[in-house]
Amino acid sequence: METLQHDIVIVGGGAAGLRAAIAAAQASDALSIALVSKVYPMRSHTVSAEGGAGAALGPDDSPDLHAFDTIRGSDYLADQDAVEAFVAEAPGEIVQLERWGCPWSREPDGRIAVRAFGGMSVNRTAFAADKTGFHLLHTLFQTSLQFDRITRYDEFFVTKLLVEDGRCAGLAAIDLRDSEVRCIAAKAVILCTGGLGRIFAFTTNGSICTGDGMALAYRAGVPLKDMEFVQYHPTGLPGTGILMTEASRGEGGYLINNQGRRFLEGYIPGKMELGPRDILSRAIMQEIEKGHAFQGPYGEYVHLDIRHLGERTIDEKLPFVRELAEKFVGIDPVHEPIPVRPVVHYMMGGVDTDAMGKTRLEGLYAAGETACVSMNGANRLGSNSLTECLVFGARVGLQAARDALEAAVPAANPLAQLAEEEEQRLLSSYLDKRGGGERIAPIRTDLQRTMERGAGVYRTEESLKEAVEEVRGLAERFRDVAMDDRDRAFNTELVSALELGNMLDVAETVVVSALERRESRGSHTRRDHAERDDEHYLKHGLAFARPEGPRMEYADVSITRWPPAERKY
Amino acid sequence: MSSHEVWPTPLPEPPLWEEEQMWEEGPPREPGARPRVGPPAPGQIPLSMRIRRYRPEIDREPWWQEATVNMEPSDRLLDALHQVKWYLDGSLALRRSCAHGVCGSDAMVINGRNALACKVLVRDVAPKVTIEPIRGLRVLKDLVVDMEPFFAGYRRVLPFLINDEEPPERERRQSPEERERYDDTTKCILCAACTTSCPIFWGDDEYIGPAAIVNAHRFIFDSRDHGAAERLDILADKTGVFRCRTVFNCTEACPRGIKVTMAIQEVKRAIMFDRM
Repeated sequence: METLQHDIVIVGGGAAGLRAAIAAAQASDALSIALVSKVYPMRSHTVSAEGGAGAALGPDDSPDLHAFDTIRGSDYLADQDAVEAFVAEAPGEIVQLERWGCPWSREPDGRIAVRAFGGMSVNRTAFAADKTGFHLLHTLFQTSLQFDRITRYDEFFVTKLLVEDGRCAGLAAIDLRDSEVRCIAAKAVILCTGGLGRIFAFTTNGSICTGDGMALAYRAGVPLKDMEFVQYHPTGLPGTGILMTEASRGEGGYLINNQGRRFLEGYIPGKMELGPRDILSRAIMQEIEKGHAFQGPYGEYVHLDIRHLGERTIDEKLPFVRELAEKFVGIDPVHEPIPVRPVVHYMMGGVDTDAMGKTRLEGLYAAGETACVSMNGANRLGSNSLTECLVFGARVGLQAARDALEAAVPAANPLAQLAEEEEQRLLSSYLDKRGGGERIAPIRTDLQRTMERGAGVYRTEESLKEAVEEVRGLAERFRDVAMDDRDRAFNTELVSALELGNMLDVAETVVVSALERRESRGSHTRRDHAERDDEHYLKHGLAFARPEGPRMEYADVSITRWPPAERKY
Repeated sequence: MSSHEVWPTPLPEPPLWEEEQMWEEGPPREPGARPRVGPPAPGQIPLSMRIRRYRPEIDREPWWQEATVNMEPSDRLLDALHQVKWYLDGSLALRRSCAHGVCGSDAMVINGRNALACKVLVRDVAPKVTIEPIRGLRVLKDLVVDMEPFFAGYRRVLPFLINDEEPPERERRQSPEERERYDDTTKCILCAACTTSCPIFWGDDEYIGPAAIVNAHRFIFDSRDHGAAERLDILADKTGVFRCRTVFNCTEACPRGIKVTMAIQEVKRAIMFDRM
């Protein structure tokens, strides 16, 4: 097998991956950088981010205030050194994107406009209408085109990290055009593959968000950190799960129950609609339990009312909200309230890294939603994730570049051999496999239902124990999977099978981590352990792979200047 | 089902699917969704699909696959394609990602017109729909085409901000009016619906195509950009804007509602004034 040699190989072409590629390319013109992605970069899930990117840009703001909001929002589980780095570098990244041409919305005086967002104590969310992720992604993609030393491998699916002599020295990937397995050797491998929302039934996440990078790292021996913390966004469209951006509340929208009341006054009167996402999602679930929700063909929902903003503001600031609501639920938000309900949106947990994106496996790095730095702790604040991709994408690109300039070229022979073994596994398990009694889709559907039922907004010891057993049972069924498609050309069924394998692995870490955290903190709400328990659980959970299921370890949270306190709004 | 002489599937043993077999319950996005097979449940409607298939390793030529699924009227056509792929024939190849019209993966010819499968609702096309790959690009498999020539045109117009001045310490200022000037053409999602609806592009693979011109326009009219002259030179070439015969197919096809033909006309005018 031919081995493709690069200095750095980045997996994933979303905001974090592209930002890392540009940072590495700028660090030295001697570096050869590969960007491997299972979709064309502009199809990455960053494209769906709507509301904006948070940074202390305004005169009334400061990095310290941004840090405090982030840490309080995290329910004090964020690593404060990582948060301090994040808030310090965030404004520079927003300005950097402006220099690269990002079409930020502007204030009348020409400065980058900022808007209010949940859990943020001042207006600090920079935006490009309500398609911020789309514009940010395209700007990064366009910028990356200017560097000849970035080689793209579009529509390549990475199946294995190649570890040799205790260091990650490359990866095996399938070229979807012909299903050939390629060996890509590198001195540094950076995972930027986004989240895992698709392990749940009802999610804002695109079909591609299947936890691939997390599963790759996990199998290579790197722990997954804080996997119990899954964010529900309070406002998704029933049925499709399409996101109604938090900016609709940032611009002044109301949440209303079937009594016609802004019910948040009973939950978080100090912040109302601008409260953090975990608290608002729980409030809606409680309204549903009280019978204060509307009934619809796709379950119960509450109303997001933006009518009072007026058509002009809606068209200027929230045009995509109007378009999506009209298209997918047949409602014009200028004249009618929008039906919404909580929906899985974001993974706070991920590949355990330090504040430069390094994992404990030499040569392996991660950034963005795939990674857990951790700056989001138990609950991420809206508009911090795009900025996280920029700040930590840039950091990890720079760090990997420095390390790669000093590292030796990995030996091609053992790597090619590892890749050939991987090719044999893929052939015998999928492409050349005969028989099998299980289709992919029913296993995936059962997994999604299991996760929703067992590890949703509210969890109990019992629901989680059941979910652990069910996920393991589904993994057994997956061994008996059958393939319709044995084509070498564009075999999307093979991709679906490999994605399902990844989903099953990361799902197990979610339910086991959630079972072992017997407290309620941020997005993780246990009915049987309703209080936060700093004495036992002011800790990061680390899930290590073992054949019989993950082994849990715990690590301290970095506290610098903000001692844990009651989370009050 | 197929009029094609070569039945393409070497069926796995035991066969997972036989005609007339009841489908398993489809994957609901959340509790409460209903089965897709058998008689339609109240509120569901049957959708008969004709899908143009081509598997290069098996098929000598393209053929039509037919299938009927029960869908909610508000479901997306993409959801119906997923039903076929997930429960009838896993070999069906298509691209998709965000499923709400912003990533640009799933442009197809739907009832003869270019559109995104995730932005066409079942109720808009039921009871029958025909689905084909977009035209003018080589079919790799089924609904998946080779996008490389399309992206090559995009890259030719230098689709990035060109400005060599030392930037200010903070952001460059841009007034809301200046920002508005190029707003429409920032909306391009690179789905290729416009370019592959253009009869000039079908007949002449040298023509750079509407999407590339839209992306040139996005920078030419951005007050921060200094690369207009260079781009206008590229587009004044015989493969550039003057190939456009203002057929307006592109404007009709654009799923983001970009006034594509107008953008092309503005670029033509910029070249004329520049030259005269």
